[in-house]
Amino acid sequence: MTVNELTSPDLAACEVHGMTRGSFILRGALAAGALYGTASVAPFVSQALAQSGGGDAEILNFALTLEYLEADFYTVKGKQVGLSGEAKAYARTFGAEEVAHVSALTAAIKALGATPVAKPTFVFPATSESSFLSLASVLENTGVGAYNGAAPSLQSKAVLASAGSIVQTEARHAAAIDLLIGMSPTPNQGFDRPFTKAEVLAKAGPLIK
Amino acid sequence: MSSPTNDESPPRTTGIVERLVRDDLDRKRFLKMAGSAGAASFGAFVIAACGSSSKSASTASAPATTASTASSSSGDLAILNYALTLEYLETEFYGKVVASGLFSGKVGSLIKDFGRQEMTHVEALKGAVEKLGGTAATKPEGKFPISSASQVAELAYTVENLGASAYLGQAPHIQNAEVLASALAIHTVEARHAATLGTLVKKPVTPDGAFAVPADMSTVLAAVKPFLA
Repeated sequence: MTVNELTSPDLAACEVHGMTRGSFILRGALAAGALYGTASVAPFVSQALAQSGGGDAEILNFALTLEYLEADFYTVKGKQVGLSGEAKAYARTFGAEEVAHVSALTAAIKALGATPVAKPTFVFPATSESSFLSLASVLENTGVGAYNGAAPSLQSKAVLASAGSIVQTEARHAAAIDLLIGMSPTPNQGFDRPFTKAEVLAKAGPLIK
Repeated sequence: MSSPTNDESPPRTTGIVERLVRDDLDRKRFLKMAGSAGAASFGAFVIAACGSSSKSASTASAPATTASTASSSSGDLAILNYALTLEYLETEFYGKVVASGLFSGKVGSLIKDFGRQEMTHVEALKGAVEKLGGTAATKPEGKFPISSASQVAELAYTVENLGASAYLGQAPHIQNAEVLASALAIHTVEARHAATLGTLVKKPVTPDGAFAVPADMSTVLAAVKPFLA
């Protein structure tokens, strides 16, 4: 295999503007990792990880906000837009799964002795099935990046196991939606890029009223 | 880090996961150990077994064998080599599927993409094993039934679901945050593959519903056994 075959333009495209240093380092590190294996880039990855923070409950509350958003998107916005066929079927299945994630995270946060955040009010700029699906792709892929970015900072192994179980489901949603709208089901090639909190907020923030 | 003691063993002995799959006695012994003492001991056991062609691989010798690496690394090494073995098999599988010419067009290019991505997983995992001072597992010889497009797509769906559940099963056992971040980055790609194949074979995109179910090593190894030549 040649180095060129391993090059991922998506991963290698390091856009510094508007990104935290942590995510820049991690993005660059993963791009290099795709080329040379994780061994050569591990020090950079650890640098990026060191910049994330917050206890388990804080991380779970952040995830809970995202799950509220996804659940509302499928169950409320999906009905407003009026979906058909596969889009409708996915919205029904995935919506129910996001609702289950909300319940699980709420319970996990309480179990940690913390208070679950209240559900925000959301505004979704989707008026048609196609704009709905485009936004679904953004939300699901952001969800994958958010969990993958936060998971290594979790202290509790039980919480990590739950987060892993949820992120796998988000990745499955993302792939199905991307296929449906003619996009690659693996937008990051072989390695899903973790998102920093700032990156997640940049995507999700504008949807919170 | 650069010259652990187990470097002196012949390369053949590094296919420990493969041997565990083949050899029921080995597997039972390993399962007993893993069950009673957890992932860290399993790691030590594997390292001991890997480097022990000149002496018997008793569990008692494990701590001495792994003296050059931290105990947390040995657990991670075992997990990485286990993942590497699965990725070798996936890579070989996709290679044979592509060679079969059963798929063309859009699906054909997806299959090629997935095969390439599995290959990058192999490279990354090998690199990670070496970074931790270990010896990368050797590539096992696979055997995969390849008859029709629908049968192959079904098999690919099964294999990818297994891969995703295998990574999920190991994530909480990984000690090193860098190794964990890498495993998670691979885990969700396996999930994306599985979901894509699910749409092709008209099977559920999320077969476990909202919460993907992890698989432990013994379950995965038993499921992989039929695919070893």
